[in-house]
Amino acid sequence: MTAFPFSAIVGQDEMKRAMILTAIDPSIGGVLVFGDRGTGKSTAVRGLASLLPPITAVPGCPVNSATHDACPDWAEVPEAAPAEVPTPVVDLPLGATEDRVTGALDIEKALTQGKKAFQAGLLARANRGYLYIDEVNLLEDHIVDLLLDVAQTGENVVEREGMSIRHPARFVLVGSGNPEEGELRPQLLDRFGLSVDVASPKDIQTRIEVIQRRDDFEQNPDKFCALWAPEDTRIRDRILSARELLPSVVTPPAMLETCAELCLALGSDGLRGELTLLKAGRALAAWEGQRKLNADHIGIVAPSALRHRLRRDPLDEAGSGTRVTRVVEEVLGA
Amino acid sequence: MDPTRRWAQALLALKLLALEPRLGGVALRARAGPVRDRWMDCLARLPLTPRKVPLTISDEQLFGGLDLAATLAAGREVRAAGLLAQPALLILPMAERAEPGLAARLSQALDTGHRLIAMDEGAGDDEHLAAALRDRLAFHIDLDGIACGDALVSLGTLPEPSDVTASEADVAQIAELSEALGVASPRAALFCLWAARAHAALHRRRALTGEDIEAAAILTLAPRATRLPQQADTSDPPPPPPEGDDPAFNDSDEDQSFDIPQEMLLEAVRAVLPVDILAQVAAKRAHRGAKGSGAGSKKVSNRRGRPLPSRPGRLDGQSRLDLVATLRAAAPWQAIRKAQSKLTRPVEVRASDIRLKRFEEKSDRLLVFTVDASGSAALARLAEAKGAIELLLAEAYARRDHVALVAFRGAQAEVLLPPTRSLVQTKRRLAGLPGGGGTPLAAGLQAGTDIALQARARGMTPTLILLTDGRANVALDGEADRKRAASDSTRMARAALAQGVEALVIDTGRRPERALRTLAETMDGAYLPLPRANADKLSTAVSSALAP
Repeated sequence: MTAFPFSAIVGQDEMKRAMILTAIDPSIGGVLVFGDRGTGKSTAVRGLASLLPPITAVPGCPVNSATHDACPDWAEVPEAAPAEVPTPVVDLPLGATEDRVTGALDIEKALTQGKKAFQAGLLARANRGYLYIDEVNLLEDHIVDLLLDVAQTGENVVEREGMSIRHPARFVLVGSGNPEEGELRPQLLDRFGLSVDVASPKDIQTRIEVIQRRDDFEQNPDKFCALWAPEDTRIRDRILSARELLPSVVTPPAMLETCAELCLALGSDGLRGELTLLKAGRALAAWEGQRKLNADHIGIVAPSALRHRLRRDPLDEAGSGTRVTRVVEEVLGA
Repeated sequence: MDPTRRWAQALLALKLLALEPRLGGVALRARAGPVRDRWMDCLARLPLTPRKVPLTISDEQLFGGLDLAATLAAGREVRAAGLLAQPALLILPMAERAEPGLAARLSQALDTGHRLIAMDEGAGDDEHLAAALRDRLAFHIDLDGIACGDALVSLGTLPEPSDVTASEADVAQIAELSEALGVASPRAALFCLWAARAHAALHRRRALTGEDIEAAAILTLAPRATRLPQQADTSDPPPPPPEGDDPAFNDSDEDQSFDIPQEMLLEAVRAVLPVDILAQVAAKRAHRGAKGSGAGSKKVSNRRGRPLPSRPGRLDGQSRLDLVATLRAAAPWQAIRKAQSKLTRPVEVRASDIRLKRFEEKSDRLLVFTVDASGSAALARLAEAKGAIELLLAEAYARRDHVALVAFRGAQAEVLLPPTRSLVQTKRRLAGLPGGGGTPLAAGLQAGTDIALQARARGMTPTLILLTDGRANVALDGEADRKRAASDSTRMARAALAQGVEALVIDTGRRPERALRTLAETMDGAYLPLPRANADKLSTAVSSALAP
């Protein structure tokens, strides 16, 4: 099935920006998209797949290693030169079993040849790419625990029956969900680098545009994709040049101070907030082709980077996004 | 709308679904009966094979998994196909009881080409199909109140799908319509567009007409409306839209498009909106706030409750072994283990095969009675409130609920009884409850919320029941200041809402107090004015408000 082109999504700029930023710097640590039904959460993630620049990987390697030396020793990788493949975007369905996520014994080999072999799971396939969880707030607790562990260490360890397998599992976690259906545990919330709230478009013109584009796409997907392909390519090229520029983006000491000041004023837990804020700000600077991080960049990414790290204030109904914006204005305006 | 037309509408939805697979499906609200059976019979005419989804379906049945018996017999991996392997017309009976997890899985299935008929058999206003699923089903149909005699028309013939063009003006009109009706989800507007296309195809038209949009809007947008369109004109209802199944009837409309003005379209949709739509919306919202009021919330347990899929683990004397799952886990390894093992045992089981049973149990409910024992309430009502609580306690005892008692009077609130199941103790404390003094409503709310939160941390599901006549006159810090007392209690009510504590406000004043209704709304809880309540009445009211 063809995916709806990323660039054809109407509005939802914050969500699109967050996804682009993680594409520029995967170490930002993933995006959480929370919001109303039918606002294009899943559409954006699926569209992102075709937008991402390809990676070089050894064909047949279960963890998409870049070179033969990096391939895990348990895998039988055929001799072939590394080739360009699309960045993997792996879906983690809600019904996935633990075995399917981490990988398990290859049952066919065990039965037919009596051999112990490891069959890689979804975490292996997502290495160096994206792991997408739709309805992340409904995921079973034990799968969540497992993901937390792997996301933190960047390594998946499977110990079974004298078989001890470890393989790299570094991926960008993208989750989406509807807050009405259940809360997300704070531990998992904190693992996401950026968090975005999406809402249905409010004005008529935008709504017309949304319906029109989606309908055009459904009527003739190929034609619609061809129409938007140049725009998608433009974004992809811009991501690539931003990636090149990223290492040379300078962070003035004053900006470090601003980040710390912001996080202090908001009382966010831990230091992950500052780090993400800094990384996202630098990625944004690179996206805009600038070599120096400035206060505007930080102001723009602050709501996405911080809104999910605040303690919940029981007396505040406006939502943490508004609170971040208010503090950003105070700190940056002063 | 008269039953015959509603029946025609229900059939029309099926026809459109047959022509346009992207419409997702139908949320059918109806009790079991001949009318529903007749409607379900028509499903056989749809191009897909109907498959029933039981509520308790496991992921393996849904998505497919290893067929162990066949695998062992064949000596190679054999996978059993799941229900979702082939595009199908899924039928979900008792849809209102579907767990959020199942609803989410089915929503994902809908995105990949399946169609779903969700049979919502909910009786009251508080039982509804999961919103995520409703949103993905184009048609919401209610067959209640249609008698057998009204449902005589049958489905008729289905034409071939054909291409229908929609102009920009058509799309704009649909967007404006959905805006006017307060339908937020863009998906609904898309459904309307596709349904209109299918309607045009049904009448062998090549382009959309206003009539198509009208019919589609009535089917897709009207059931989702959250507000009445802004129009003062309440004269005659507009003529019913022509319900023509006869293609010849419409041949002359070939080139008409955009011929019905926006106002008339709105009027047509308005005519099918239920009169009490706003009340219904409010009820739905209240329901969301007081989610699962009667029953406790769920927690995973290893001893009792509804079974969940078993998990690997260690036997620790606390949990129970799932023997079948353990053997299944061990089965593929037998060849390898037998080769390695020196002993010959019929089955080689290792510690890593152990699977433990898990259950989901309802957590205990706690009723936190927060009672106004101030002078104003005490004189008239305290005795009645006490009586009502005693009656509720007897009921709570029968349902194994816990109760706690907080009283507020004078300058502060006092926890008279921490959460307990002991009826005798509660009665004794209650009898000794003195009256008189000011009304520190905020302090009472604070103490009640505190108890509720502590109880929740211990795995209970608390409900705060506030009995007061509402004239708060003591602020949180104990000073007699009417204004601050009111703002403090609003603040505490918001805090309770933010913490997700369920609440119920019982107005024991002589006249219903507006401030208390507002307070109940702030807490997103139910409000019960009981101006002349005696203990018996009060108890009935509370138990019906809390009923599952």
